[in-house]
Amino acid sequence: MNAATSFATAVAENRHDQEWLGGISTGHLAKPGEVDISHKVILYLEGISVSFDGFKALNNLNLAIDAGELRCIIGPNGAGKTTMMDVITGKTRPDEGRCFFGQTIDLTQLREAEIAHAGIGRKFQKPTIFENLSVFENLELALKTDKRARFSLFAWLSDDQRDKIVDTLKLIRLDHEADRPAGLLSHGQKQWLEIGMLLVQDPKLLLLDEPVAGMTDDETARTGELFKSLTGKHSLVVVEHDMAFIEQLGGKVTVLHEGSVLAEGDLATVQADERVIEVYLGR
Amino acid sequence: MRLLLLTLFCWLSFSASAAVDPALVQQLAAEESDDKIAAIQAIAATADPEAAKLLQSLADGTLTAPDGSEIMLNNRIRGELANALAGLRLFDADRAVRLAAARELQTNVGIELAPLLAKALDKETDVQIKALLATAHAQANLASPDIAARLAAVKSLADAPSPNTRNLLLPLTKVDGEPDAGVRAAAKASLTAVERRLAIGETLGSVFTGLSLGSILLLAALGLAITYGVMGVINMAHGELLMIGAYATYAVQGLFRNYLPAYVDAYVVAAIPVAFFAAAAVGILLERTVIRHLYGRPLETLLATWGLSLILIQAARVLFGAQNVELANPEWMSGGVTLMAGLVLPWNRIVIIGFSLLVLLLVWLLMNRTRLGMFVRAVTQNRPMAGCVGVHTAKIDTLAFGLGAGIAGLGGVALSQIANVGPDMGQGYIVDSFMVVVLGGVGQLAGAVWAALGLGIFTKFLEGWAGAVIAKIVVLVFIIVFIQKRPQGLFALKGRFVES
Amino acid sequence: MRTPLTIRFLQATPKSGWVTLAAFAVLTFIILPLLHLAVPSESPFHVSTYVITLAGKIMCYAIVAVAMDLIWGYAGILSLGHGLFFALGGYAFGMYLMRQIGRDGSYQSDLPDFMVFLDWKELPWYWAGSDSFLWALLLAIALPGLVAFVFGFFAFRSRIKGVYFSIITQALTFAAMLLFFRNETGFGGNNGFTDFKRILGYSITSPEMRVILFALSAALLMATLLLGRYLVVSKFGRVLAAIRDAESRTMFLGYNPLWYKLGIWTFSAMLCGLAGALYVPQVGIINPGEMSPANSIEIAIWAAVGGRGTLIGPVIGAAIVNLSKSFFTQTFPDYWLFFLGALFVAVTLWLPEGVAGLWKRWQARRAA
Repeated sequence: MNAATSFATAVAENRHDQEWLGGISTGHLAKPGEVDISHKVILYLEGISVSFDGFKALNNLNLAIDAGELRCIIGPNGAGKTTMMDVITGKTRPDEGRCFFGQTIDLTQLREAEIAHAGIGRKFQKPTIFENLSVFENLELALKTDKRARFSLFAWLSDDQRDKIVDTLKLIRLDHEADRPAGLLSHGQKQWLEIGMLLVQDPKLLLLDEPVAGMTDDETARTGELFKSLTGKHSLVVVEHDMAFIEQLGGKVTVLHEGSVLAEGDLATVQADERVIEVYLGR
Repeated sequence: MRLLLLTLFCWLSFSASAAVDPALVQQLAAEESDDKIAAIQAIAATADPEAAKLLQSLADGTLTAPDGSEIMLNNRIRGELANALAGLRLFDADRAVRLAAARELQTNVGIELAPLLAKALDKETDVQIKALLATAHAQANLASPDIAARLAAVKSLADAPSPNTRNLLLPLTKVDGEPDAGVRAAAKASLTAVERRLAIGETLGSVFTGLSLGSILLLAALGLAITYGVMGVINMAHGELLMIGAYATYAVQGLFRNYLPAYVDAYVVAAIPVAFFAAAAVGILLERTVIRHLYGRPLETLLATWGLSLILIQAARVLFGAQNVELANPEWMSGGVTLMAGLVLPWNRIVIIGFSLLVLLLVWLLMNRTRLGMFVRAVTQNRPMAGCVGVHTAKIDTLAFGLGAGIAGLGGVALSQIANVGPDMGQGYIVDSFMVVVLGGVGQLAGAVWAALGLGIFTKFLEGWAGAVIAKIVVLVFIIVFIQKRPQGLFALKGRFVES
Repeated sequence: MRTPLTIRFLQATPKSGWVTLAAFAVLTFIILPLLHLAVPSESPFHVSTYVITLAGKIMCYAIVAVAMDLIWGYAGILSLGHGLFFALGGYAFGMYLMRQIGRDGSYQSDLPDFMVFLDWKELPWYWAGSDSFLWALLLAIALPGLVAFVFGFFAFRSRIKGVYFSIITQALTFAAMLLFFRNETGFGGNNGFTDFKRILGYSITSPEMRVILFALSAALLMATLLLGRYLVVSKFGRVLAAIRDAESRTMFLGYNPLWYKLGIWTFSAMLCGLAGALYVPQVGIINPGEMSPANSIEIAIWAAVGGRGTLIGPVIGAAIVNLSKSFFTQTFPDYWLFFLGALFVAVTLWLPEGVAGLWKRWQARRAA
């Protein structure tokens, strides 16, 4: 991290500590449901570069996702897909570039928890759930609510919230597994549970890193249906290798290569692109 | 027979005082101490070799007055006599004797020695002795009734910085200590100069003790950095491995005293391999029996190794007693090099700094130029991958742990030469050496070196300024703040696999 | 049925738990005090002062062990500096006890003896208000809480974790110990505070006062267990466990680990401070030795022996270790450290879940 960005981070941390402490608003505070999408764009990356010890994971990446869109991201290993997700969710700070959620929320200035609060949910490549907690408890932890420590002491599950969890359980077909420890689920079920945890967060933007890896064909097809039903109300960014699945989703496709965008368009156009073919097959 | 001896003595004493005015010799037997002292000073002022012999025989109690009466001495007179004798030895033919005499005359020099010193200063050719004599002469002249002499004395004292000079000059800056304003001003100027040079000496002294503390920390931290880097465990018994090294040194000293008393000065050298292997053996034992089974559970390892350290401490108490044991510096490590007034570098600390650098060099070579070192680095960076390409990681763990423990043992040898050796000695070093690892960054030799030396010097400076306790607290606070500012560089490797 | 995280606390605690708690209350509030005060000392049923003091002391330790378990067992943060918070509470209350000596000290001065000895003419500013019982009690809770809050804020904010955090807490208590060893710090240096005479005007060595302190320790222990129970079954406790198991996942769900960790950390420190304040009048002395790193790390082993992640475990652990300590130091003083060291190793190697884990395993086998 260079001096300039670390200073910016320090300033941001400082500011948000104040907000957490006293609730004094000094700018666009992360309030759920108040993402400014007046220009139709929900996520806007401009000139993002990240390097690890000389290796350029992202190199002048530009990307814009429209509100309500379903976008697929493909690319060979090491193209920078996961690093891009890390930048959006605040896990990695970019060396250069701007990263905005809606028109006003500068993601490079927020911490992970605040970004989640602002309305971005993330599913990891490797399913990460709380293995010691039951399926129900996993969803309850994820549920959209005030997640500050002092509220958690007296937090109470309302009937509405309970209904929401039960509905989601049905949606992800885990209603019979609700009381089982999540660690005992199959790989595909864990993937579903994590998707469910994303849904109860009710995010504006969902980032899904290889959501159907390890699923059966049947499960994959149902996941596709689920994602398609989410579009419009939510925006989705799906990173996948499974071309059949991408075809089923049918949205716009962005191809990443060596940390920047190589091609963009619908799947047929992209697949016909000479450079894409070379990247995938040329080596 | 007795008569004969007495006659002989009389003759001797008579012949000894041949060149000295017999009236003065007679005055030595006077009633009043003041008269005697005046006589001694008058005899000394002749700067004659015969006078030296005469006064020496007076000091030995073999001199009688020319009229045969006994000469009584008291402590005051003996003091004056010693100064007078030293003054006279300034004219000895042997340089070493003159040097010793000049050194003796650096404190409590009275005005009565001024003429003698002036004479000696005039005759002296050796530069080093001349400088000492100039200081002594200036000191003597401080009490001179002559303003010009005092002024010259005060000015020349500026070139002789020592705490003693400071104490001499201090009263002269005040009205009741010095009536003349000009001399007072000169005294003030000289005092400032002396204090500045003393401060420089003290600063250099702190840097030096800081370096030696840092080199001990380095030896302690090197081992810790290796074991922490390779296995990711903090060995809380690391300080006790230092203790084992120190006790091994003690044992070797005992063997030498009993069986090889002629070579006792070499015991430290002989202790180096013994301490290394003793500590390494204990380290390997700990790794094999306990630490290996706690892999991947760092917090539990912390507790278990703490338990091991308790056992080792108690074992040392049972074997060697709860009291500190006594270790003597060998002849060649005692004394020191005087760089300037107020700055003496003790040999034992110089040797320790050199020794640490040598160990550092060896460790660096081992880590960067041998196959074992390459394996150790590989396991540090990526354990599963190293295992996949055929590195026998369990064996590397054991060897690395043994190596780290052995280096701690070497640290114990070094520590035994400057600190108390007792069962609890290791406890004070574990926190410090871990701080070095934290500051320097994990698995980086260069980081450990800079951190250890920096921490050592920083601590010593603060100690001089604010006392040992405050220094310790400030260092701890500093490290906590440092971690605030630089957490990435120290705890987290950058990259996408971090904390996943 | 589906059990939400935030189930009512009363429902969450099984009946057997309440019965045990009630039995403990009867024992410590009624039976033992009566056996000590009302039964003549010749009687075989008489409970001696030694036993009452030892039990009171161990209950104070048990509170500390539970506090340690709340952060280590439930939040995964190993503190090697909890002795500091305990000692701070002890010192805060000790100041009050020193003032209660009044002019009965050896120098018959209004100032504590050690200040007269140092030739101090008046109390330092931080002793202001120390003659008030309530202020002392407040200080005993607030001071450790404040130290923990400030330290924890910076440590957790920079995401210092695992062994790094442990070592830095150890350094913290080590530094504090050095500070309190100094005479100039104004807390009696090496000797600390001792020779207490009375609390609220009543003699501190009277049997009644001993029984009151004993019962208060028991009450605080029970309150600690109940509060701890509430915390761990509340959503707060579940989020803590989630942070312990997968911190970064919890962050991406929108929880800020800082305030959760800081909350439990500060609460734990305040509990220790209160325990320290109860401990000092019972043992009659507080000195900087209480802040030594060895003491703090011993607290961790109480929790480990009893069983981390349970609330009753640390209580059992504190009792086992301290009873063994009393036994060894009286009978085989040379072997105590060997035993303690071996205990550290044995528990971590073979009994990671402690005595409580052993009990659970035994019950599971009986059920099967």
